[in-house]
Amino acid sequence: MGQLAIIDSGGANIASLQFAIERLGVEATLTTDPSALRSATHVILPGVGAAADCMSRLEALDLVDTIRSLRQPLLGICVGMQLLFDGSEEGNVSCLGILPGRVHRFPNLAGMPVPHMGWNQVNVTRPTPLLTGLTADDYVYYVHSYAAPVTADTVATTDYSNTFSAAVQRGNVFGVQFHPERSAKAGALILANFLKV
Amino acid sequence: MRFRDHKVVGDILELAARYREEGADELVFYDITASPDGRSVDRSWVRRVARLLDIPFCVAGGIRSVADAESVLGEGAEKISVNSPALADPDLIDRLSARFGAQCVVVGIDSQTADGEFLVYQFTGDPTRTRNTARRTLDWVQEVQQRGAGEVVLNCMASDGVRHGYDLPQLKAVRAVCNVPLIASGGAGAPGHFADVFNQANVDGALAASVFHSGNIAIPDLKRYLRDAHIEVRP
Repeated sequence: MGQLAIIDSGGANIASLQFAIERLGVEATLTTDPSALRSATHVILPGVGAAADCMSRLEALDLVDTIRSLRQPLLGICVGMQLLFDGSEEGNVSCLGILPGRVHRFPNLAGMPVPHMGWNQVNVTRPTPLLTGLTADDYVYYVHSYAAPVTADTVATTDYSNTFSAAVQRGNVFGVQFHPERSAKAGALILANFLKV
Repeated sequence: MRFRDHKVVGDILELAARYREEGADELVFYDITASPDGRSVDRSWVRRVARLLDIPFCVAGGIRSVADAESVLGEGAEKISVNSPALADPDLIDRLSARFGAQCVVVGIDSQTADGEFLVYQFTGDPTRTRNTARRTLDWVQEVQQRGAGEVVLNCMASDGVRHGYDLPQLKAVRAVCNVPLIASGGAGAPGHFADVFNQANVDGALAASVFHSGNIAIPDLKRYLRDAHIEVRP
């Protein structure tokens, strides 16, 4: 494993991701410096809060083109994964456009509270190094009101109101809608998998 | 986990590690003295808990401002829970939700039946200061959602600590007006109480403290019981 960079996307709880990486015995740099991102072996894009806020922060930091042009493994987490898509219904914002598709809010259905919050299984639909070793008995922790549709880049799905993308991969670009940093052993496995890509 | 400031952090960390190993899905840390005394939680422990835990956790007690919440979340907590400060300043919920997103903002409500209605109580951490706020619980549950709460923890006070089961009628009534995740609190005494509250009140989570602290119910046993009762839980 080489140098891991976490993009300081401004969310209040990036600390929990840093601690999860620390528990794996890996050192990470929290940064907004484009050259640090380009020279890292792995990059994580976390995101909490509103997609529009996260995008304006990336734009203000002039990181959009840098992130788009990364060739090393990139992992978007939660809103960070949503930002990989063309756009989001949240704030009607254009996102990074690395993955085709648009992120939507969960519909208001009886018996389906929004935000979707809690532990769910993921259904792996396509083999991916990110989810190697994950079994049907593993649960991961979700907290989100918006989700990406199932597309050609989907590698795992979860059902809540509808079937949405739990994880995606297109080449070097990965994303997870759940929070691996708070998903107990299953989450640690997924973060370790990413660092081995 | 309810604790007062004098409780040493080592105990909290030990308990947190024990519950993590036993398979708790989320932990809530209450500083029950924070609001009545006009003090905030001592937050040095939050970071230590965050380093240790690989499951989500929420911090409750003494969060009165966006700055208070920012420091707790910055130390690694997933969520902050507000109760008395939100009653004193309902707009706090709007400010927290706008800044951090609804998913971080839990509103705790202490409620019990009085004069045939469900009413909200305040300062329940100190029995000498606990008081009825004259707010109707069902109205407050709707208001906090409109203001941007992402989760409601309903603590049914008459049931709390009695271990005779969750207050199903009250939780059902709140469920009917609550479109964000609803967590039941107060009254758990036996595994059957958990099954009842999931099946009958359709809550998203069940919170308990004393039965776990005392070792009366072991979490792995409880989860096995719920799975056998066809309630989906993380193994």
